[in-house]
Amino acid sequence: MTRARGAQLAGIALAAFLLWLVAYPLLLVGADGLRDHAGWTLRWVGAFLGRRNEWGALWGSVWISLASVGLSALVGVPLAFLFGRVEFPGRRLLAQVVALPAVLPPLVGVVAFLFLWGESGFAAHLVMWLRGTTDPPWRLQGAPAILAVHAYSFYVYFYLFTRAALAGIDRSVYEAAQSLGAGRWRTLRQVTLPLLAPALGGAALLVFLTSLASFSAPYIFGGGTRVMTTQVVSTRLNGDDALAMVETIALALVALAALLLVRRLDRRTAVGGRKGAAPLARRTLAPGARRAVAAAAWLLALFLLLPHATLLLVSFVPVGTWTTEALPPAYTLRNYLTLVADPVRLRPLVTSLWMALVATGAAVLVAAAAGVLVVRRRVRVAGLIEALLSVPWAVPGTVFAIGLATAFSVRQPLAGRWILVGTPLVLPLAYLIRDLPLAGRALLGGFRQLDPAYEEAAATLGAGRLRTARRVLLPLLRPALVAGGTLAFVTAFGDFVTSIILYTWDTRPIALEILGSLRQADVGVAAAYGVVLMAVSALVFLLSAEREEAR
Amino acid sequence: MSGSAREGFLRLEGLVRRFDGHAGVDGLSLALGRGEVLALLGPSGSGKTTTLRLLAGFETPDRGRVLVDGVDVTPLAPARRRIGMVFQHYALFPHLDVGGNVAFGLESQGVAGDELRRRVRDALARVDLAGYEPRQVNQLSGGQQQRVALARALAPEPSILLLDEPLSNLDPALRERTRRELGELIRRTGITTVLVTHEQDEAFELGDRVALLRAGRLEQLGTPEALYAAPASPFVAGFIGRASRLSCVVERGATGVVRVRVAGALWTLPPGATGTDRPAGAAALWVRPEAVRLAAPAEGGAPGRITACRFTGATSLYAVTLATGDAVEVAGPPGAAGVGDPVSVLPSRRGQGGLHLFAAEAS
Repeated sequence: MTRARGAQLAGIALAAFLLWLVAYPLLLVGADGLRDHAGWTLRWVGAFLGRRNEWGALWGSVWISLASVGLSALVGVPLAFLFGRVEFPGRRLLAQVVALPAVLPPLVGVVAFLFLWGESGFAAHLVMWLRGTTDPPWRLQGAPAILAVHAYSFYVYFYLFTRAALAGIDRSVYEAAQSLGAGRWRTLRQVTLPLLAPALGGAALLVFLTSLASFSAPYIFGGGTRVMTTQVVSTRLNGDDALAMVETIALALVALAALLLVRRLDRRTAVGGRKGAAPLARRTLAPGARRAVAAAAWLLALFLLLPHATLLLVSFVPVGTWTTEALPPAYTLRNYLTLVADPVRLRPLVTSLWMALVATGAAVLVAAAAGVLVVRRRVRVAGLIEALLSVPWAVPGTVFAIGLATAFSVRQPLAGRWILVGTPLVLPLAYLIRDLPLAGRALLGGFRQLDPAYEEAAATLGAGRLRTARRVLLPLLRPALVAGGTLAFVTAFGDFVTSIILYTWDTRPIALEILGSLRQADVGVAAAYGVVLMAVSALVFLLSAEREEAR
Repeated sequence: MSGSAREGFLRLEGLVRRFDGHAGVDGLSLALGRGEVLALLGPSGSGKTTTLRLLAGFETPDRGRVLVDGVDVTPLAPARRRIGMVFQHYALFPHLDVGGNVAFGLESQGVAGDELRRRVRDALARVDLAGYEPRQVNQLSGGQQQRVALARALAPEPSILLLDEPLSNLDPALRERTRRELGELIRRTGITTVLVTHEQDEAFELGDRVALLRAGRLEQLGTPEALYAAPASPFVAGFIGRASRLSCVVERGATGVVRVRVAGALWTLPPGATGTDRPAGAAALWVRPEAVRLAAPAEGGAPGRITACRFTGATSLYAVTLATGDAVEVAGPPGAAGVGDPVSVLPSRRGQGGLHLFAAEAS
């Protein structure tokens, strides 16, 4: 009885904490957009609705996100079929390689893209060198540039979701279709695609929400093309705070509308892959076709990795030496040495590291508590806790950053508000919010898959709660902990979208230092930072994958 | 099996556990003597697993209490009850080897070093798995996993052992042998045991007594023989062994001989029949296949026709539909009659029991 009540109280405490962290700042933003010094007002909403460029930015966000979904699907789905259905030399390695963008921080991808395809990038250099001119052959700007970066970075969601779904379809389903006289085309249309529908819907929603929240690409390539995320930041910079609040609300509403729409469409298709399904064997092609497919796949992988390779290349180029040549004429380690030797430049690295670690630790702790209270104790507020954990998944990071900036810039302890903006605390808090859905999903899933009999067995064997947690839960939940923790760390470590709103000079993270270096035309150092960011993220991922495989 | 000293080692007193309004366990009282093996038997949803979980402490009763050796353990957490349990799917820790699993409970008690190693070795030797310490649990066969689970539960020397469907996870071929070994081990250990099963064979072979549960209540408690020979309700008669229900009318003669009229025929009930103190009038007669026999229509038994015949080895089971529409299952020598043959049904000549009278409307 008392134990059950303790769990209920803990559940309420956790729900209250999440309400304060996740929902409260959003509510304050909403209130600030509807209020001026005199009281409630629709003045700002009116101003928002009355301006053409606001509508333009909103429309820009929506259509660019929709187009990103289409383009990403166009790249990701065929890739998934290629790697899931056809056997060719090097398939296993390449299948991993093409999934890499999933773990790379968005800003690194954008900068790498800039170095490769930008008007003074590697490709442009090559063309200029071939033509013998010094005029850049193209300009990488506006919506097409944003879309290119999005397709380049987000196809991976379609790729991963489709591959997982394909692996979950049992061979017998195709065999049944064939025995009923369906040809290959009809099987694809009437069997495979409908079975993939939930996965495709999930990927489409993810890409839409990610594109909507995307900040780095429109910020760096946008030029005249405005989208909501960049609009919010520039309105704020102009000092028009209340209008920025209304813009933030509009952005959040679009995200929530998309979420609800897809959830509604999705309700009927809760099929999911069967456990232990025996997927269709990969087709072995005729030797000629096999070579052709392998060559195409290698080229494709190379193409997808090229921006990151360029980033690596640029990181070794001394400042100002690469002007008109096809390849850099000189190489140096100076850029990396600068990072380590100059305390001012090393600082962002250390800052990002500790902030990401703190946020990850906190997110994993919160998620583990949620796992116990929601899955095991089934507290009354379980639904609320789960919903709050997943809100930051749907709502763009910009919205949360504005929310934190609003909520924690005044001191009203009784209203749960303290001055955190400008302190080293606010960024870890923002990262924690972004990490909650990642860690939460991993750990709730982990707890749901774990037979409660293990904990009960430990209890009958005399183990108290602490010993059960340490000796039974921790080892058995390790895959979930590692997966959730890794994703959380990489997200926090490479964060740009919330940092740009909440950072100060003393707490500037790597992403902002990259931006600063770029602005000062310190391209080599920016690239070196990017490589470090990329390397740490990839390393964390590879290490966790390796440890899981070794088990 | 009786005697108050033995009756009181494990006592369940008026246990009630409700789930969302419906009662999983509804006022259950039981008492086990020290060293006794009790089988909780019943259909799914009868509350037997909930009872086990109440004993282990995973569920908290809404009312009632559990006493072990006179001590109320109801408020104690599972970890402090000194109750060993073998789970349905064993719940062996996959990240520990066999030795680590068996050591787990001993370590909770602070056993360490050579003492720990010795007791793990002894526990494994007891289940014929000597030397299995370094094995990974997922490399063991189902039967071996079950024995490791048993060794793990017994190693800390609990005062009570709980077994949750211990054989349901095994191949049918393996089940009978494992059942015998399990029974021998429990008896050798002499530990007070509560076992949950929905298999009558398991309950009969392993249990000193069997508690038959239905909808969270105790339907009948007794030795296997008592449950079979003297079912307390039509539900018990139908659940334990095979039995058919026939509508009948009780007629009481002046001499105290009880006779029942079944489909027009008058049967004299043999001495082993139960419920014979019923007043005259309509009643329900539950009939075991071996308690009745097939006879020629001319012999004057309850008239009917054979509708199906099932060969089971030494005997065949004949399904007979009586003139009243009731169906009765009759055991007889194979080939005694064919489907469609007109027959009559009479109490068996050798029959000592297997006929049970209940009120007509009872279930």
